[in-house]
Amino acid sequence: MSIPAVEFRGITMRFGATTAVRGIDLAIDQGAFVVLLGPSGGGKTTLLNILGGFLEPTEGRVLIDGADVTDVPPAKRPTTTVFQDYALFPHMTIAGNVSFGLRMRGVAKAERDARVARALEMVGLGDTALRRIHELSGGQRQRIALARALIVEPSVLLLDEPLGALDLKLRQQMQEELKAIQKRVGTTFVHVTHDQEEAMAVADTVVILNDGAIEDIGTPERVYLRPATRFTANFMGANNLIEARVCAAAAGRVTVETPIGTFDVEGDAQAGGRATLAIRPEHLHTEAAGARVAVGSARVIEAGFFGTHHQCVAGLDGLDAPIKVRLPQKLIPRPDDAFALYVDPADMVLLTR
Amino acid sequence: MSDVRRKLPIVLRNLPAIVYAGLIYGFIFLPVAVLMLFSLQGSRLPVPPFNGPSLKWYVAVFSDARVMDAMVNSVIVALVSSLVSVGLGFLAAYALARHRVPAARFIQGFLTAPLTVSYLIIAMGLLITFNAVGVPKSLATIVIGHVVINLPLCFAIIYSQMGAHQANIERAARDLGAREWQVLALVTVPMLWPALFASFFLAVTFSWDEFIIAFMVSRFDVTLPVEIWSMLRSGLNPKTNAVGSFVFIISVITVLILEFVVFRRKRT
Amino acid sequence: MAWGLLLPALIWTVAFFAMPLVIMALYSVWQRVGMKLVTDFTLANYGAFFAKSYLLDSLINSIEVTLIVTVISVLLAYPLAYILAEKVPRRWQRMALLLAILPFWTSYVVRSYSWLLVLSEGGIISNFLLDVGLTDEPVSFAYNRGATVVGFVHFFVMLLTLTIYANLVQLPASYRKAAADLGAGPVRCFVYVILPLTLPGIMVGAFLTFVLCIGDYITPQILGGNRELLLPQTIMLQIARRSDFPMASALAMMLMVVVSLVYLACARWLKLERV
Repeated sequence: MSIPAVEFRGITMRFGATTAVRGIDLAIDQGAFVVLLGPSGGGKTTLLNILGGFLEPTEGRVLIDGADVTDVPPAKRPTTTVFQDYALFPHMTIAGNVSFGLRMRGVAKAERDARVARALEMVGLGDTALRRIHELSGGQRQRIALARALIVEPSVLLLDEPLGALDLKLRQQMQEELKAIQKRVGTTFVHVTHDQEEAMAVADTVVILNDGAIEDIGTPERVYLRPATRFTANFMGANNLIEARVCAAAAGRVTVETPIGTFDVEGDAQAGGRATLAIRPEHLHTEAAGARVAVGSARVIEAGFFGTHHQCVAGLDGLDAPIKVRLPQKLIPRPDDAFALYVDPADMVLLTR
Repeated sequence: MSDVRRKLPIVLRNLPAIVYAGLIYGFIFLPVAVLMLFSLQGSRLPVPPFNGPSLKWYVAVFSDARVMDAMVNSVIVALVSSLVSVGLGFLAAYALARHRVPAARFIQGFLTAPLTVSYLIIAMGLLITFNAVGVPKSLATIVIGHVVINLPLCFAIIYSQMGAHQANIERAARDLGAREWQVLALVTVPMLWPALFASFFLAVTFSWDEFIIAFMVSRFDVTLPVEIWSMLRSGLNPKTNAVGSFVFIISVITVLILEFVVFRRKRT
Repeated sequence: MAWGLLLPALIWTVAFFAMPLVIMALYSVWQRVGMKLVTDFTLANYGAFFAKSYLLDSLINSIEVTLIVTVISVLLAYPLAYILAEKVPRRWQRMALLLAILPFWTSYVVRSYSWLLVLSEGGIISNFLLDVGLTDEPVSFAYNRGATVVGFVHFFVMLLTLTIYANLVQLPASYRKAAADLGAGPVRCFVYVILPLTLPGIMVGAFLTFVLCIGDYITPQILGGNRELLLPQTIMLQIARRSDFPMASALAMMLMVVVSLVYLACARWLKLERV
C-alpha cells in the first residue's frame, strides 16, 4: 500500500472558547477525489485551511506524502488552493496569473510560456493568455483559477467551495469537468462543499463533517444508501427516520419493532435496545413486488412536482410525524389521496447513533 | 527559515514592525506632547527648561478677551458656514440625483471644482474681488469663503448617498401613498441622515481650523487660528501653548465621544 | 423645479469661486503703478516672474520642497499603514489608526508652531544636547528648509497613513492567501501583488499631498526662516508688503499652472494603470 497523500493525526482546532475541529484522524489516498461535506460551521473549511497551511492546528500533525508539514507555511507546502472567490490578480494578464506559481519557483520564461499554453488548453481557454480577468465570465475565471493551481503540479489540490458562485447549469457542467480533469492529471483533490448533490457527483470518497468530527466516510453510494449515523441519513438527501425497538439480534441481522410493523433487517444492535430505521422516500413504492412488505396506507398532505417525480408529504398510519414519499412522474397526487406503500427490507437502514 | 520563525513568540516575530511603528508614533506625537508639557510651564518663557506644572497660562488664556472672542467667532463661523454648505449641497444633490438636468455631469464637475484649487488661491480670489467690489472684510466674508471650500465636499458626500438604491426606496414610499413633502421629510432626509451629519461634521472641522482664507478676508473680528497667528507674530507666547493644548484636548474629547457613543452604538 | 434647487449652490460657486478666479486672471495681466491699478493688458508681471530670480527661485524651491516632502512622507507612511492593516489585530485597528492621526486635531497653525518648541535654539533638542554635554552653546535646527520639511512631513505622514490604510484594507484577503499558496513569501507577495494593487491609491494620496503642500503658507512661514522663501510666501509678500495684487495674481496663476500640470500627469498615469 502506498503512502497516503494526506494524513491528519489528532487534529484539533480551537478558536478561543469554540472548538471547530475535534481530534480528527483522517487519511486520504493518492490520486483520490475526496470531498469534505457538511453544514456551515461543521469544520470542513477549517480542516482545509489547516491542510493548506493558512491555519496552525491547536493540536495534532498534518502529513503530506508522509512528510510532517504542520509547521510549514503555505508558500512552502506542496499544496495549491482554488479559492471561493478565485482570487485572480486583477493587475496581471491571464498568462501572468497562471504563470505566477512557476515564477515563484524560478522557472525560466520560455518553459513558463509553454506550460501556460498547455494549461490553458487543458481548461479550454487556449486563446485568452493576454486578456485581463475582468473580461472573463464567472465560469471562465473558475477555470483559470484551476489552471493556475494545477500548473505547479501540487501533491494535493484544495478546492474551497469553488462552484458556489455559479448558476445551476454551469455548476453541473463544471462538476463534470472537474472530475474529468482530476482523472486526467491524477492529482489528489480535496474539495469542500455543503452541497451533497455536488459531493456525490464528483467524489471518490465523501467525508461528512459535523460539529468538528467525522460523522461518516465512504463512497457516495455507500454513504447515501447505507448511512452510518442519523445525521448522515438526514444530511444526504431526504430521509424518513422511524423509531424502533430491537427485539432480537443475531449474526448480522436484527429484528425491530416499529409503529408501522416488525421487520427483519441487516445490522448490529443490542437486543432490547432502541434504534432508528431510515427509509428513503424513493424506496417507498405504491406497488407490491419481490421482497417488498406492506407498511400501511399513506394519505397525501401536500405534493410538489419535481420533473422526474412528485415529492409528497404524507401521513402514515401509526406514525405521528409525516413522511416524505416519491411518487411516479405520471401519477398526479392530490391532497387526501390514499396509497398503500411497500418497502423492501433490504433498503431499510438500521441506525444506532 | 519561516518554519523556525513560526515558533517564536508573537512579540519577537514582529519586532521590526513594533520598533518601526513605535518610532513613527513617537515622531507623530513629539510636538504635541511638548506643546502640552509647556502649556503647564511654570516660568515666564514658553520654552525649556520646564519649571513645575502650573495652570496659570490656561488662566491667562481664559482671561484674554481677544482669544475668547476669537474662539466664539470661530464657533459662529464654523456653524453658520457648515449649515449653509450642507443646505446648499443637499439641494444641489437632490436636484441632480432626482431630476433630469441637462449637462448634469458638467454641473457636477463644476460644483466639486473648488476641491482641486489651493485654499491660498481661493483666499486671494476672494480678497481681490471683495476689494474691487468694495465689500468690507468681516466675519461674513469668512463665512462666504468657508462655504466655498465646504460646499463641494458636502455636495459630493450627500450626492454619493443618493443613488439608485435610495431612489427605489423613495419610489416605494410614493407607491404606498406618501405625498412629495412626506417622502422628503419621512424617507429621504432620515435615510440621508448619516451623510448629512458626516458632511456637517467634516465642514465644521475644516472651518474651525482654517487659516488662510480667514486671515485674508477678515479685519477686526477674527477666528481663533488668525488670533493665534497674531500672537505668534509677536514672539513665542506661553499663552499659545495653552490655547493650542486646549483646542487639541477639546477636539480629542469630541472625537472620542463620537467614536464611543455614535459608532459603538451602531455595533450593538 | 430642479433648477430652483440647483441655483443657490450654482450661484454661490459662480459668484465666490469662478468669478474671483476670472478676476484674478484679469489682474494678472494688469499692473499696479504707484497707488493705481492700470488696466491695460500687459504681460509684465509674468515677465518679471522669469526675470527676477527671487520669484523664479521661490517656485523652484517650492517644487523641490514639495517633491522631497511627498517622497519622504509616502516612504514613511506606507510601512506604518501596512503594519496597521496587516499586523495589528482587527479589533484594535480602528483605535491604532485614530491614535496615528490624533495630532490632526491640533490647530494646523499650532501644530507647525510646536515644532519650534522642539527644534529652535531654546527647544528641547537643543537643551538635551546641552544637558548631555554634546554641545557648549544652544543649537537651532529651525528656520531653514530642513525644519520646513520636518513640519510638512509630520502632517502628511498622518494624512497618507490614513489614505494608504484605507486602500490596503479593501484588498480582499484572498489575494494574499493565493499569492502565499502559490509559493510567494511575504516579501514577494508584497512586491508582486500588494504593491501593484495599491499603487493607484498611493498615487492619489501623493497627488493630494503635493497640492496641499505646494499651496501652504503657514508651515514655511513659521519654520522656514527668511533666507529661503517658497512660492506662497512670495505671493503673500506681494499682497502684504506691496499691495501688488496684479503681481500676486500672476504668481497665483503660475501656481495653478504647476498644479494642473501635475494633475494631468497623474491622471494620465492613472488611466494607463487602469485595469
